[in-house]
Amino acid sequence: MLNFFRNTLLISTVILASCSDKPLNSPYSDSEESKNTFYSSFQERPKHLDPVKSYSSNEYAFIAQIYEPLFQYHYLKKPYELIPLTASEMPEVHYLDKNFKKTTNKGNIRYSKYILKIKKNILYQNHPAFYKEKDDYIYHNLSKEELKKINTLKDFENDSTRELIADDYIYQIKRLSDSKNHSPISGVMKEYIYGFAEYKNKLNKIESSSKIERIDFIKSNDMLGVKKIDRYTFSIVLNKQYPQFIYWLAMPFFSPMPWEADLFYGQKSLQKKNITLNWFPVGTGPFRLIENNPNLRMVLERNKNFRGEVYPSIDDKLNERKFYSVNKINEVPFIDKAIYSLEKEQIPRWNKFLQGYYDNSGIASDNYDQAVSLNSSGDITLTKDLKDKGISLETATTASTYYIGFNMLDSIVGGDGKKAMLLRRAISIAVDYEEYISIFANGRGVVAHSPIPPGIFGYQDSEDYYNAAIFNYANKNIIKKSVEEAKKLLVMAGYSNGINQETGKPLVLYFEATGAGADTYAFLNWLRKQFKKINIQLVTRVTDYNRFQEKMINGTGQIFQWGWNADYPDPENFLFLLYSKNGKVKFGGENAANYSNKEFDKLFVNMKNMKNSKKREDIIKKMLEIVQHDSPWIWGYHPKSFSLSHRWVENIESNLMANNTLKYKKINNSIRKKDIKVWNKANFSLLYIVLFLITAFIASIFVMIRKKDKEKIYD
Amino acid sequence: MIKYIFKRFLYAIPILIGVNLLTFTLFFVVNSPDEVARLHLGNKRVTPEQIQSWNEERGYNNPLFYNQSEKGIKSFTKTIFYQKSFKLFIFEFGISDSGRDIKYDIKQRMWPSLAIALPSLLVGLLLNITFALFFVFFRSTYIDYVGVIFCVGLMSISSLFYIIGGQYLISKLLHLVPISGYAHGFEAIKFLVLPVIISVIYGIGSGTRWYRSLFLEEIEKDYVKTARSKGLSEFSVLFNHVFKNALIPILTGVVVILPLLFLGSLIVESFFGIPGLGSYTIDAIQSQDFAIVRAMVFLGTILYIFGLILTDISYTLVDPRVRLK
Repeated sequence: MLNFFRNTLLISTVILASCSDKPLNSPYSDSEESKNTFYSSFQERPKHLDPVKSYSSNEYAFIAQIYEPLFQYHYLKKPYELIPLTASEMPEVHYLDKNFKKTTNKGNIRYSKYILKIKKNILYQNHPAFYKEKDDYIYHNLSKEELKKINTLKDFENDSTRELIADDYIYQIKRLSDSKNHSPISGVMKEYIYGFAEYKNKLNKIESSSKIERIDFIKSNDMLGVKKIDRYTFSIVLNKQYPQFIYWLAMPFFSPMPWEADLFYGQKSLQKKNITLNWFPVGTGPFRLIENNPNLRMVLERNKNFRGEVYPSIDDKLNERKFYSVNKINEVPFIDKAIYSLEKEQIPRWNKFLQGYYDNSGIASDNYDQAVSLNSSGDITLTKDLKDKGISLETATTASTYYIGFNMLDSIVGGDGKKAMLLRRAISIAVDYEEYISIFANGRGVVAHSPIPPGIFGYQDSEDYYNAAIFNYANKNIIKKSVEEAKKLLVMAGYSNGINQETGKPLVLYFEATGAGADTYAFLNWLRKQFKKINIQLVTRVTDYNRFQEKMINGTGQIFQWGWNADYPDPENFLFLLYSKNGKVKFGGENAANYSNKEFDKLFVNMKNMKNSKKREDIIKKMLEIVQHDSPWIWGYHPKSFSLSHRWVENIESNLMANNTLKYKKINNSIRKKDIKVWNKANFSLLYIVLFLITAFIASIFVMIRKKDKEKIYD
Repeated sequence: MIKYIFKRFLYAIPILIGVNLLTFTLFFVVNSPDEVARLHLGNKRVTPEQIQSWNEERGYNNPLFYNQSEKGIKSFTKTIFYQKSFKLFIFEFGISDSGRDIKYDIKQRMWPSLAIALPSLLVGLLLNITFALFFVFFRSTYIDYVGVIFCVGLMSISSLFYIIGGQYLISKLLHLVPISGYAHGFEAIKFLVLPVIISVIYGIGSGTRWYRSLFLEEIEKDYVKTARSKGLSEFSVLFNHVFKNALIPILTGVVVILPLLFLGSLIVESFFGIPGLGSYTIDAIQSQDFAIVRAMVFLGTILYIFGLILTDISYTLVDPRVRLK
């Protein structure tokens, strides 16, 4: 019996081990592992993959590899630099007077015109929407019979491609204006693109909700400010000067959209099978989405029609609108496939990275100590375990800011009165964001002096350029003013020792918070202690995010925490958060503090239309002085991103503005295979022990039952 | 019996309306349609105009229960409640707030849920009954006492501990199966082994104790004493008499949950990355997708009612004395 058991175990072990040289715990199939594949994960399923409405980083992670706007960020250059992507050169910009005539006289400038040229011979990925038989698109009006056989895009027997033309960009701009598409930037573009608002109104007047009618309308009606010049050239007229517009042209919103795809996906019968443009993108980029199961995984595969692109060099040059690349061979993309698996929970995600099944990973708070430690000189370094595995760490400060805002419409903390200003400033000094970063962000952040984060033009980082309202410069260090100074300001504000001198009552302030997790309560406790330093009582009001937003929109909150991620690397995209015309209560904009200062507004209007220069820097300085004096925000912090990669991943650069970076990633598959095999050797010893115990247990049960049955001693 | 089943289905209609009304009220007490729209449209640059258009497209611009601007029956039918609830009764779940066809998603996602739930149920049932019979066989001995303590111990530990511990031991230390993930076809087996084992172990404590108490109740009855007095072995008494007669309460417990197996497990699916209906519901609640929440609650209610009817029918099969009228 024992011999039989031992032999069975040995045979099964040998069979298991010899089936494949792939580790037993590999989550991938053999065919996938042998390919030049990049493996990663995503935590939250993307809501939209239609460039007209995608606006979050988890959506850009996919669509930026598929759709190609006109421009992109140079992968290696800092400060960030835009270069042509599908455009053949940087745009030609003309300034026009009120009669649409070119003018160089600044006083006469009423419009600006961008002439945009695209490269020839760029092809879309193969797609059934392009397939024609005898000049007819046979998949644009599918019959019930044809639909029976179709459940995914792969079920279409034929596909085809076509060349990218200027019309595709024009079509997409018109789509942005269609309120049925719910584009988040249609409000911004209405302000800037000439004729956008009129076009939007016309589209809204189409009573029928038929997709075909809307597409026909879009195809046959021009937007006043967007004109086709020839097959590869078009122009966009803006209502004003707006140099930041080029950054928008590098965002997926301005990707080309072939009308054929819109019409194909517009078929209601396909929507019933969840085959929609929102889930199956059609682009010209280096990759195409071949599997979209956002509840399990998303798979990108090399687009065989991709024209190729040279890997960038730091010596690349942009001269007279033309881009000159040092490297000459079109070798990008380097990988054939990318598999992104849905991994909602932190523990499996981290463990799979350590096992080598994900090529890269972020660092969650729970894993921070496992991944990173401080060396003797106080620098952040990887732990020995990770170093031994050859894992590398990339850090970068994100182009974002997190702050605590005061509602400037509030009767106690708001308004432009001196008393309220001193109160806000005293609180700003008392709240120690150095401590916050160390406790709640594991040291991953930079204390903010203003809304502008590092890496963005106008960032304050020197001894003569810092927030003097809150900080002091001493011993070659910029340090926060002391709590004693904050208390003095509080006395001047009329709240000596936290007591309102007029009423004799203690000062009680209210903080609006969202979330109800352990982290939120720890943060709220910490915040209460910060206010307590200057004897102010802080009452925290925790609600869900919807209710919080409602309070912000109605202006009923007093103090709140919020953040902003940059759309593009320009100070305008941060300073507009304090521009009065963006006030949340009055205009529904992003100025959640409802801050309003005429001088700041005037400078903002001047600054936003300028190119980066000494003059612009001076204006920004003045603007920052104003807001730092008024202190509508506690200037929070700018988070740092930490990213880990295995040693087989090459070309890792932290470029936080570029989203289309998958094409630059390179994988050394032989190293990966070797490492994964070593790290994931199956250990059967415990299995043997467990099997032995189970067998022994079963055998003893039988013995006991037989014994007891023979005894026949019953109750 | 057909008449009985038909009657039970008719009784289900007011229950379904009630459950739907309750879900609807709870959802819209917490969130107004505007808030739901804001959540779906994102945090950046959302304008009131976009919110209005989003609501109009999904019919959220109507009043909740009563439309004062309409007359007659329309004042009830031109409301969010009526328009969102009526089609559920013909199993038209419609489009989710994020734009996907709900029926299609449910059809796709019920299979992974079933792939975990069915083997977990069958293996669990087999083990729980075996352990229960074993403890009953050795009732009032140290084996029984240790077994009960062991079961209480297993019941007292959180399911998260089993999941994280299982992943750590089996996948991380021993490298025997993937930590998480899913594949279709035969490849799914390697992803299902661990969640099934964990589900079974987690259920052993409560399952064994439940079946043990059922068997103990039976073992005190007169027919058991008669069987023993006829000279049958205890083993034979347990399997041939006690087990058979305890089948009715076992069936009650098992058949009622059979239809619910399709709905999946919330925590197991989330931790093991299984794209089933459990995680579908959780995701919908988190993203406040009312269309999905409504459809899943409706489906859950129907399946539960269906399970109860199945239980009644199964009574007649295992106990000839029971007749449905």
